[in-house]
Amino acid sequence: MNSRTPPEQRPAVFLERTSYRRRRLRDVGRLLPFIGALLFLVPLLWNAGGETRTAMAMVYLFGAWAVLIALAAILSRPLKTRDDVAQQSNGPD
Amino acid sequence: MLSFNILITVALGYVVLLFGVAFYAERRAAQGHTGWLRSSLIYTLSLSVYCTAWTFYGAVGYAARSGLEFLTIYLGPTLVMIGWWLILRKLVRIGRSQRITSIADLISSRFGKSNTLGVIVTVLAVIGTTPYIALQLQSVTLSFSVFAGDSGPWTAQDLSGTALWVAVGLAAFTVLFGTRTLDSNERHHGVVMAIAVEAIVKLFALVAVGVFVVWGIASGPTDILARIDASPIAEWQVNGGRWVGLTFLSAAAFLCLPRMFQVLVVENADEQHVATAGWAFPLYLAVMSLFVIPIAVVGLDLMPAGSNPDLFVLTLPLSQGANGLATLSFLGGFSSATSMVIVAALALATMVSNHVVMPLWLGLRPQGATVSGDVRRVVILARRISIAAVLALGWLYYRMSGGGTALAAIGLISFCGVAQVLPALLGGIFWRGATRFGAAGGLLTGFAVWAYALFLPSFGAGGVMSEALLAQGPFGIGWLRPQALFGIEGLDPVVHAVLWSMLLNTSVFCVGSVLSFPSPVERLQGAQIVNVFEHSSGPRGWSRGTPAAEDLLVMVQRILGSRQAQTVFEQEANRQELSGYLPEITPDFLERLERELAGSVGAATAHAMISQILGGAAVSVEDLIAVADETAQMMEYSSRLEAQSVELTRTARQLRDANDKLTALSIQKDGFLSQISHELRTPMTSIRSFSELLRDDDVSDVERQKFAGIMHDEAIRLTRLLDDLLDLSVLENGQVHLNLQDGNLRDIIDRALVASKQDASLKVVRAPDHERELLHTDLDRLGQVFINLVANAQKYCDADRPTLEIAVSRSEPDVFVDFIDNGTGIPRKHQAVIFEKFSRLSDQAAAGGAGLGLAICREIMERLGGSVTYLPGKGGAAFRVVLPRAQALAAQ
Amino acid sequence: MGRRVLLIEDEPNIIEAISFILSRDGWTVHTHSDGETAAARVRKDMPEVLILDVMLPGRSGFDILRELREDKVTNALPIMMLTARGQTKDRELAEKLGVTAFMTKPFSNKDVLSKVRALADA
Repeated sequence: MNSRTPPEQRPAVFLERTSYRRRRLRDVGRLLPFIGALLFLVPLLWNAGGETRTAMAMVYLFGAWAVLIALAAILSRPLKTRDDVAQQSNGPD
Repeated sequence: MLSFNILITVALGYVVLLFGVAFYAERRAAQGHTGWLRSSLIYTLSLSVYCTAWTFYGAVGYAARSGLEFLTIYLGPTLVMIGWWLILRKLVRIGRSQRITSIADLISSRFGKSNTLGVIVTVLAVIGTTPYIALQLQSVTLSFSVFAGDSGPWTAQDLSGTALWVAVGLAAFTVLFGTRTLDSNERHHGVVMAIAVEAIVKLFALVAVGVFVVWGIASGPTDILARIDASPIAEWQVNGGRWVGLTFLSAAAFLCLPRMFQVLVVENADEQHVATAGWAFPLYLAVMSLFVIPIAVVGLDLMPAGSNPDLFVLTLPLSQGANGLATLSFLGGFSSATSMVIVAALALATMVSNHVVMPLWLGLRPQGATVSGDVRRVVILARRISIAAVLALGWLYYRMSGGGTALAAIGLISFCGVAQVLPALLGGIFWRGATRFGAAGGLLTGFAVWAYALFLPSFGAGGVMSEALLAQGPFGIGWLRPQALFGIEGLDPVVHAVLWSMLLNTSVFCVGSVLSFPSPVERLQGAQIVNVFEHSSGPRGWSRGTPAAEDLLVMVQRILGSRQAQTVFEQEANRQELSGYLPEITPDFLERLERELAGSVGAATAHAMISQILGGAAVSVEDLIAVADETAQMMEYSSRLEAQSVELTRTARQLRDANDKLTALSIQKDGFLSQISHELRTPMTSIRSFSELLRDDDVSDVERQKFAGIMHDEAIRLTRLLDDLLDLSVLENGQVHLNLQDGNLRDIIDRALVASKQDASLKVVRAPDHERELLHTDLDRLGQVFINLVANAQKYCDADRPTLEIAVSRSEPDVFVDFIDNGTGIPRKHQAVIFEKFSRLSDQAAAGGAGLGLAICREIMERLGGSVTYLPGKGGAAFRVVLPRAQALAAQ
Repeated sequence: MGRRVLLIEDEPNIIEAISFILSRDGWTVHTHSDGETAAARVRKDMPEVLILDVMLPGRSGFDILRELREDKVTNALPIMMLTARGQTKDRELAEKLGVTAFMTKPFSNKDVLSKVRALADA
């Protein structure tokens, strides 16, 4: 965790609001795929209980998918604008 | 029924369009208008190479057979993209900062720029991808054959013929737009643009067919849902193992597939695009998958039993008479297949040329990277040949497999194969303790398990593995059964293989890494890659080598092309404020150069090339310490100490030698001084004693006369000694000023004889006629030498009737003047020492001199460019004076 | 007075000077100028005082001194060493080897005389 934490995430004396929020948003970003994995695993539970109707499963899966996409889209703006201190070098494009 | 010829025309038209798009994009990029090319939309669309013909056609077939399971293939990549912050962001950052050109390059570079690993990954990729390419070719030819219904079903020959044409066309496209130049970033704008267009086409096509099915054939979403409920796949048997396993597998493959790495990391123009693609690509996948079930269900409903569900996307519209839609659908499938092949071929060719061909070529050329041949041309040629070879392999595989349904299963097998790179990949970018040894072990283990449990059995019982082997295991060992390893039966073969290969791969990787010790370059790369977000600069690789800037420029030109190389050098020169000249070779510049080169030939090869020129150290002392790892520091420190102690020993030895010399000289000097002291004091003793005696009263006149005489003699002796000493000193220190004149040898000898007061006691024998020799030298000094030699003969010749012969002879270009007396000569053991200072061989009394005479003679002759030596074997004492003829020796 | 001095020296002028000085004072001066046979001469002569030069042809004065001191017969013989080399280590070596007196050249005539007298009286 230490080596990967960007500089501004190392403990600071003051927890500024915006940077705090930003960090929490990053945490959500990191969690999102795991949330997604859990969501996609749900159909397994159904089968354990009883039979699964394809139609229902399809609706559910695409619904969960849409939710994930929406969440990712919402998070992408704040996560993208504030990047690390070390900006990457640009290729000669 | 759509005319087949019209279809061909449309297809060709589409191909031309693609070529045109690619060409246009390249031109715009070359002109520098890359704004729109860098948009995140293009990036997202380019990721669609994941959706191949297997998606376009095979998904429907998969759904028709097994319900919703097909979704796993898309859920995996969705999760990876949604979690872009975790993995993808780091991959892209690493790819940019290290100028990674392929996944093999990343693995190789991370683990100490090891080419072995690069080769392993390349081979794995080629083996894994070839069947997949064959699958695409099959899909395209099948789709062609659907439209050729009116001329009867195609024969296998027709099919493989079409496949061949398609393969050739694809090779041409890839070679044309993938290998025109060696872009140091390895970006292929034309290809990316064409892929993006194809992405739109295939999305549009699939959605169009979907819309047609839902609203055209059925009556809307609710109707579709009802139909699903009533279809054969209404009840979905969720195989939990497969659901999880395939999702994991598709996620792993998404990261490890060469074509995906190419578009995700290598072709990435801006890191910000990843954030957008994080939600946009899952959206693309969702839309692509949305209509699969509806199409499958309606197809199962409407199409005659036994028709190939894989082709419902084509056959459904055709059966309803929607020929335009069918054509569009055909183009969609065509796009899916061709985009995959192009990018895959490009990625594989890059890996093969960078990790197999170039190292071989470099290794076979002992002269190194600068000499003989244009490296750039070789690289491009290697790429082109690799592209053709990859496509040829794919086509061959397609032919061998007979184009049957066996190919469909290949998709998952291929995924499992390339997924073996995952542990090394993730371990490499997150774990600094990962080592090359562990990675290689893991890769090979995973590859072996995959081959044994999945790949080889896929050729069918009796294909490669015998029936008995599959049923009972090798040599009857039950728990080594290829598809039931360690007794775990009943698992789906794919899941089984994924489980075991990943498990064993990861275990060997971890254990191997923990047990082995990485090399310094590995540790450096490890630190830089794992901590890429903290290190803004690239790999610091170079010590201050001293290749001339020109040499470096020559080499770089060969790889990057003269224009680009010169640009790089100019920029550096400007940066160093040396505009107009070649830049200085600083470590920073070398790093930059290595990065530029790495973009074209791969990090390991670029490193090797620059190493060759520098002829040495791969990592500088300062840089290793900068990694700030204790052990690395200690290692470096201890080797420094070793180097220092070697240096110290050498210096000590040199000092000892110098000390010895100085001591010897000092002893010599002491000896010399004490000699002089002795020589001076001896006459002084007489002088002092006798002068005291002269003051006494009781000395007779006779005695007084005698004493005064002795004092006089001694005073003269003393003076002469001092003169000689001074003379010798002047001669030795080279301060002598030579007065060069022309003169005749005979005259000099005459004068010498006169000056040495040659009297009747010594008879001199000469041959004056032979003495006619013109000399250009210091005549006085030469005379001094002759005088000395004659005087010595007078003093020391102990014959009854002393005779001195003076003989002149010539031996080009020298003149020899020999002084030979008829005495007993000088014994052998003294012959060298007589020329030393203060050496006197016989009775002091007769000497009257201080023993400096011959020493002075030797010095003089040396200054005149000649020599004086003792000639043994002449009976008496013989001295030879060697004069260079008519030489002009300037006083220094 | 019948006192005998043996002078071992090769420089003729110095022999002349020392002989004159000492014989004027009543000494009988014998001289010998070869190093190799010097020790034998000493044993043969057995003078009261021996004056020994350092630089001798054939054999070094120190060598002769060492031999004389090792020989019981000549062990107690008063020996004065004479040298033109002015270095301290010569003196030290001579003293180590057992010389009774040491004199450097050039010397004053008075010194020679007084030293020789002292040696004879000791």
